[in-house]
Amino acid sequence: MLDFVQQLVSGVALGCVYGLIALGFVLVYKATEVVNFAQGDLMMLGGFFAFTFIGMMGLNYWLGFAGAVAAMALFGMLAERVVVRPILGYPQFSIIMATIGLGYFLRSVAGMIWGTDDLKIETPFSQGVLRMGSLVLAYDKLSVIAATMILCTLLWLFFNKTTLGTAMRASSENMLAAYYMGIPVKRVVSIVWAISAAVATCAGVLLAPITFIHSNVGLVLGLKAFPAAVLGGFGSIPGAVVGGVLIGVIESMAGFYLAEGWKDVAPYIVLLAVLLLKPEGLFGLHVRKKV
Amino acid sequence: MRFLFKTDYEDDIRLFPHSGYVVSYGILFALLLVAPYVLSSYLMSQLVFVCIYATVGVALLILTGFTGQASLGHAAFLAIGAYTAAYLQKYNVPFPVYFLAAGVLTGLIGALVGFPALRLTGIYLVIATISFALIVEEILARWESVTNGNEGMRVKALSLFGVAVPRDSPTFYFLCLAVLVLTIVGTLNLLRSPTGRAFVAIRDSETAARSMGVNVALYKVKSFAISAAITGFAGVLFAHKLSFISPEMFTLQLSIEFIIVILIGGTFSLHGAVLGAIFIVMIDPFLTYLKDDMPGIIAGVAAALGAGKERAAGIQSTVAAFASLNGLKGAIYGIIIMLFVLFEPLGIYGRWLKIKLFFQLFPLYKRATFKRQKIYVKSERNR
Repeated sequence: MLDFVQQLVSGVALGCVYGLIALGFVLVYKATEVVNFAQGDLMMLGGFFAFTFIGMMGLNYWLGFAGAVAAMALFGMLAERVVVRPILGYPQFSIIMATIGLGYFLRSVAGMIWGTDDLKIETPFSQGVLRMGSLVLAYDKLSVIAATMILCTLLWLFFNKTTLGTAMRASSENMLAAYYMGIPVKRVVSIVWAISAAVATCAGVLLAPITFIHSNVGLVLGLKAFPAAVLGGFGSIPGAVVGGVLIGVIESMAGFYLAEGWKDVAPYIVLLAVLLLKPEGLFGLHVRKKV
Repeated sequence: MRFLFKTDYEDDIRLFPHSGYVVSYGILFALLLVAPYVLSSYLMSQLVFVCIYATVGVALLILTGFTGQASLGHAAFLAIGAYTAAYLQKYNVPFPVYFLAAGVLTGLIGALVGFPALRLTGIYLVIATISFALIVEEILARWESVTNGNEGMRVKALSLFGVAVPRDSPTFYFLCLAVLVLTIVGTLNLLRSPTGRAFVAIRDSETAARSMGVNVALYKVKSFAISAAITGFAGVLFAHKLSFISPEMFTLQLSIEFIIVILIGGTFSLHGAVLGAIFIVMIDPFLTYLKDDMPGIIAGVAAALGAGKERAAGIQSTVAAFASLNGLKGAIYGIIIMLFVLFEPLGIYGRWLKIKLFFQLFPLYKRATFKRQKIYVKSERNR
């Protein structure tokens, strides 16, 4: 029983990691209906920026964190301006391909600049564990869980309670109509890319003590976070976190109870099963097109 | 400019609309036939890869280009074809039998993947095919009694009716070429048949196709099966060409490469698959060339422009350092994909058509002829 609870807790912690990255996917999708395959690589780049500020320039952790978030927000805007804006309105598949290309590019450039070694950031959470009875949870994982919850709540409030959030939802529903209603669609898209790059950076910095930073970390985690977003229904912010937690729990349970090899496959099998039964994910809206 | 007068349906569906086609394709075919006796063995080897990639490209075009169903899992189909061949070869099954068996098996699995795909569109379909590919990759690594796990499998030289066909021989090249040509001709025939018309109808509008009486589910599954089967055939050749296969060859990276093939070539015509395959396969020799010769050339140019000897040597070493950077290939891939999506979404073949039209209409060419329509009113959630 204790094993089960321990696996559950570490699964939730792992799942929050995925959820945190999935949040970025969902944000961009929710506001522009674009799926950003480079999300994981934005996260990786955020980690590298933070490493540059904290590890190389010797800034304070929190200062470096804030600097990396700000820099990446600008970078997100730049990426949107250069790669995404010219093809907004074209079939979704070309945008997917463009972001895949962006991912390739970022990965190799990051490898060229920062090398291919695993890098590490010293964080206040790097050491120590929280003990509750006989349960053990490391502080670095705890920090991820807390950050996921905070960001999820903030983003949910932002999307549902603020004018800008409403404008984002409107422009995702129908860009042209939103534009006619006076919503500055281009700026909205730009802002949402900045926010999603910032969220990705938070993920990258918080994950630094757990997964380390190397140029492929984005690809690996992005491929896990992507099913999380789909499982949650892609358009839903709480859905992303729930999907992430589900994937994380499935992964750690499968790793503990099933034979070797199931750990990596189980999330995808569950994903395929869910898609078979509910093609719009668990929290997706199912709307039929009227002809 | 040539005007074609079509007087009946037969004229419309001809494979060679006019004599110019026969001449130009005849010349191309003759060149391909003499290629093994002219080109170096390295280029021949690359040409074989072009044939294999182009076959997969055609398969992917049927699914993505003509039926409109995205797939990022074609490496898995290629793997299934390759492993079927390697496994059956161990039991001395003759080549024609396992070649067909690989195609049939992959086709069946493709149909199985097609079923869940019926209800999925857009991004959900992409993730479903990625999941499928990852599951297959893991199975290949774990099912050790059949696939030999991560150690991989050796594939013996192909033996055709008792005659051994080494992977570097001209015969092997001709075999790959024959498979490619047959695939292309078969696909062209498919596309002018009711099945192909139904595929295109589904791509253009699923709702409209359904209301015209097209059985959308059936044709989607068919499209998946055909595409997978062709990829399976290519997989057999792939296995023989590499003579060694292991699970880490068939990753998501390879699926993305296949998508790049059709994206760069052009997703609306079979020419695109071949042009894209040439592009993808030739990027390696190009990078080698960049690494070996480019620094010297640039230094020479710099010297000719009046830079001093030391300066030229400095430039040479800088360029050499840049060209041998790790991961340069990935960066070039990324840039190429982005540039094509942004500036030439019709691919190389689209660019060729534009150039051709420019000269045909010489002073009257308008850029707007090929302008794409932007559709902003589009929430895929409400489709």
